[in-house]
Amino acid sequence: MKEFSYFPGCSLEGTSKEFDESVRGVSDLLDIRLDELDDWSCCGATSAHCIDENLAVELPARNLAIAERTDRDLLVPCASCYSRFKAAEYEIKENGKKTSFPYKGNVRIRFALDYFSDQSVIEEVKKKLVKPLSGLKAVCYYGCLPVRPPKLTRIKNYENPTHMDHLVEELGAEVIPWSYKTDCCGASLMVTRIDIFKKLVGRILSKAKETGADCVVVGCSMCQMNLDTRQEDVEQELGEKLNLPILYYTELMGLAMGHRDVGKWFKRHFVDPLPLLNAKGLM
Amino acid sequence: MDSSNPVGKSNNSLIYEIYEKSGEKVQNCYQCQKCAAGCPVSFAMDLLPNQMFRHIQYGHRDKVLSSKTIWLCASCYACSTRCPNNIDIAKVMDTLRGISHRSGMATGEKDISLFHRFFLKLIKYTGRTWEPGFGIYKMKTGGLSGMMGWALKLFLKGKIAVLPTFKGGEDLKVIFEKSEKGGAQ
Repeated sequence: MKEFSYFPGCSLEGTSKEFDESVRGVSDLLDIRLDELDDWSCCGATSAHCIDENLAVELPARNLAIAERTDRDLLVPCASCYSRFKAAEYEIKENGKKTSFPYKGNVRIRFALDYFSDQSVIEEVKKKLVKPLSGLKAVCYYGCLPVRPPKLTRIKNYENPTHMDHLVEELGAEVIPWSYKTDCCGASLMVTRIDIFKKLVGRILSKAKETGADCVVVGCSMCQMNLDTRQEDVEQELGEKLNLPILYYTELMGLAMGHRDVGKWFKRHFVDPLPLLNAKGLM
Repeated sequence: MDSSNPVGKSNNSLIYEIYEKSGEKVQNCYQCQKCAAGCPVSFAMDLLPNQMFRHIQYGHRDKVLSSKTIWLCASCYACSTRCPNNIDIAKVMDTLRGISHRSGMATGEKDISLFHRFFLKLIKYTGRTWEPGFGIYKMKTGGLSGMMGWALKLFLKGKIAVLPTFKGGEDLKVIFEKSEKGGAQ
């Protein structure tokens, strides 16, 4: 059995609850044990790095120091947390930054999307596939931090990533190539400058719709929140009905492997995926 | 002055300050404009990223630190990824926001700088980001009513976290006190 230390992060306790539930659910089916990091604290994203370069390293370092008490790898589903952990690791290991809670740099920080789209994991998933997602047309939307900056993420095809496409294809869906995979969703501008936010998400969603996709698959909690929970506002801005379910890749993995809780995860979405999945005979 | 400082004995304090805090060499920018071309929020900026870099090279401190641009940057890292001179432009934006904030010049987008200060206060006292806390921010800046329907829906979908039961408050006190005293700033 594979074991990880697990860092859910703040969003996964709230607006991205179904991401947490589906990561745990899928791990369960794949015989992966997730051991939640003891008394973890916020990684600081995005405000710490925005105005305080000291907190930007100190806040993630406390969590990394806790993770270093065991020799397990640290699994992180949230792209913002992952990015801040990698940035702190870089400052500590490459630039010799000292922190209040010393971190030696021995934890292997794994982004959940990278881990689950690794071929060795896909092979395990394929063995447990009970409901291939045939007939489902999807575009994969990576956003920013799952791929950039490549100095930290080590993603090779950072301008046109394909690892999530490959995973979703292996689940049986038809994955449509498109040009907006790594455009920015506006992140926290959703709260501070909704006018700018609507332009950014409006373009991404209308281009996704244009491809003929039934849904958008994401690997970042911020992207999911921005594309799903504000879709009505974006539709008003565009003057166009979109009705595009925004699904986590882990939810589709759970669906294809027949996890019993998928219905519960989908109920948390603002754009209801059930009519689509029912029409495709997947629910 | 650090002998490894590539800026040399420049009297341009901003370019040196950026180098010292971030290790990034703004003087290497030669105005190819790849950053501006790929920036998703350039349409709303008062200075394009490359224009900002030219102003930094000229030492136009006030213009840069009071700009909207530094606050509108969404940290998407497209610029940092594509810069042919390997300048981590998004990291420079972080550094500029920090300098601007600490020197009381964060006037370009007051609501955004307030958001970041508010966010950090929330973490300081609760240890984790408790998303409903942002309602207080929206009360201060206006626009709360526009978000109430959304927040209610989040609640009904079970997407509002209960107040965090974080026990490491003392740890965060250490971290925040160090930072407030100056830390690595």
